[in-house]
Amino acid sequence: MDAVSVVTGIAAPLPFSNVDTDQIIPAVFLKRVTKTGFEDALFHEWRKDPDFVLNRPAFAGARVLVAGPDFGTGSSREHAVWALRDFGIQAVLSPRFGDIFRGNSGKQGLLAAEITEKDAETFWALIEENPGIEATVDLVTRTATIGAHTVEIVVDDYTRWRLLEGLDDISLTLRDEAQITQFEHNRQSWRPTTLPAR
Amino acid sequence: MTHTPAPAAARASTARPRTLAEKVWDDHVVVEGDAGNPDLIYIDLHLVHEVTSPQAFDGLRLAGRPVRRTDLTIATEDHNTPTLAIDRPIADLTSRTQIETLRRNCEEFGVRLHSLGDVDQGIVHVVGPQLGLTMPGITVVCGDSHTSTHGAFGAMAFGIGTSEVEHVLATQTLPLTKFKTMAITVEGTLRPGVTAKDIILAVIAKIGTGGGQGYVLEYRGSAIRSLSMEGRMTICNMSIEAGARAGLVAPDETTYAYLEGRPHAPTGDDWTAAVEYWNTLATDDDAVFDAEVFLDADELEPFVTWGTNPGQGVSLSEVVPDPASFADHNERAAAQRALEYMDIAAGTPMKDIAVDAVFMGSCTNSRIEDLRAFASIIKGKQKAPGVRVMVVPGSARVRLEAEAEGIDKVVTEFGAEWRFAGCSMCLGMNPDQLAPGERCASTSNRNFEGRQGKGGRTHLVSPLVAAATAIRGTLSSPWDLEHASSSTLSEVTA
Repeated sequence: MDAVSVVTGIAAPLPFSNVDTDQIIPAVFLKRVTKTGFEDALFHEWRKDPDFVLNRPAFAGARVLVAGPDFGTGSSREHAVWALRDFGIQAVLSPRFGDIFRGNSGKQGLLAAEITEKDAETFWALIEENPGIEATVDLVTRTATIGAHTVEIVVDDYTRWRLLEGLDDISLTLRDEAQITQFEHNRQSWRPTTLPAR
Repeated sequence: MTHTPAPAAARASTARPRTLAEKVWDDHVVVEGDAGNPDLIYIDLHLVHEVTSPQAFDGLRLAGRPVRRTDLTIATEDHNTPTLAIDRPIADLTSRTQIETLRRNCEEFGVRLHSLGDVDQGIVHVVGPQLGLTMPGITVVCGDSHTSTHGAFGAMAFGIGTSEVEHVLATQTLPLTKFKTMAITVEGTLRPGVTAKDIILAVIAKIGTGGGQGYVLEYRGSAIRSLSMEGRMTICNMSIEAGARAGLVAPDETTYAYLEGRPHAPTGDDWTAAVEYWNTLATDDDAVFDAEVFLDADELEPFVTWGTNPGQGVSLSEVVPDPASFADHNERAAAQRALEYMDIAAGTPMKDIAVDAVFMGSCTNSRIEDLRAFASIIKGKQKAPGVRVMVVPGSARVRLEAEAEGIDKVVTEFGAEWRFAGCSMCLGMNPDQLAPGERCASTSNRNFEGRQGKGGRTHLVSPLVAAATAIRGTLSSPWDLEHASSSTLSEVTA
């Protein structure tokens, strides 16, 4: 994973709640067996509407989404993160995220940062006044800025550290392999095993 | 991240009263995270399906890593599989490729797979419990958000993304940050015709789709205790729709009776040792939850959704709410959007809403007891003219069991379609989809825009409401049917 510290780019508003992962990428696109090339699938149904925010010329090349609460709820599909990333979105700001979506973002270098509802509304108003205005999301200082307005963002310490360092989770865990083996040695015999099949 | 070795003995000796979820967590800590860092948690059972695994296996191949514990991993084909003509090659080429990719990966890495046509094939969350692999006090993960289903056994079970699937395949562990705990206490006695599905839809309407975020839920109280395992699975299944990754019910005699004798359930001394341990898992009397929610089972009615998220629900006897009645402006805007998409007007009685289709299936409601409940209402009746009714068992075994009881005949004589097992129209990755504008009463778990097919409209319901709706053609409960006496209904608990 590439390290992430500061994201700067055009901010696009999604000023409503419950943008579930079925909306971010419909299930029909989940049949692919690859991990890239999902940019066409992002918000597939909504993008058929020429007035949808990501179709508007002012928001071409948007890098930051400012969303309403409960962004990324529902299905665990990591494809939602891949689709945002492939489209060019590098940071999503929302007052609340679906837990699995937030976890998936952290594994793929997409910065999912919480802001307050009041700050989201302020950002939406600033974007409405000046469509195409840029946002800067700074993981180092834990802030997001649009125009003259700077707010605090919340990202948990562990995810922040991994993003800043660009660390791969599996390699980190395998440093503790001796403890995993020790744990397995003590595993009770009643616990389930799938092999041999019965 | 600096890890301190877990002082197992010290943890065990802590006198602090703990909840069920905390006990299961504590017994799976491989490495304790310090200063707010995640714990490294051991995974007892990893369920795999074709949709969220191909990229994870690719990752292993790229890094030259094996599957660490093939004996704790099991795969099945469910999301893409057709429910008709399963002996023919899958017509959709991308679906076929994805299924073939799973078969190749399982062969290459040595993972047990139940393929289409196999007697143990089916929805991953039906197959695990059916084989006796899901049991109390274990950790279960799957690249599917409805993994919360397995919490019904007192297991810590949750959905993960594809990066985490790869992580578990490679290490059999996950770094996880400790959750908060929420008690959902449901006291009282459900009236005949009111079921587990109505409980969970009412809970989600009460706390909202974000209410459980960051929490593990524990369902407790007399109404939960009196539910069958199927009913408990229905409730835990939809924990994710309230935002919670996991939801649990403490194991009890109902759990043990369901589990004992299943192919992978412990036997002999292992069974005795397991039950002894499982009996220690219930939440301590003086344990404190971070949040508590109460629901009165006596007052509950059949519950249905009107909108496009599972929290937008009301009792079936009520009307479609007016968006203006929501104090929160986000909820107001969401309600307005939902009514436009659903093409229904505020103030419409829910019972006046006519449907084009009824879907009886999904990991929420496709087990044998669900099918029995549905069949008990439709037996000897004819479906409403013009309504398409599809019944999809959760697994090949459930299908066989239902056929042995004659449920397939009840279904076909009613005018409904009796299908092969899979996820089917819950998410329409296979050909089972709604047409644009079609309205469906569905026993599944998500009423999101387009979930059951592009432009499709979904009302989430219980199997009993699905059955009554299939008979009348409008959203209905068994209370609206003359022939469904309360004595018939009282036998139904799913």
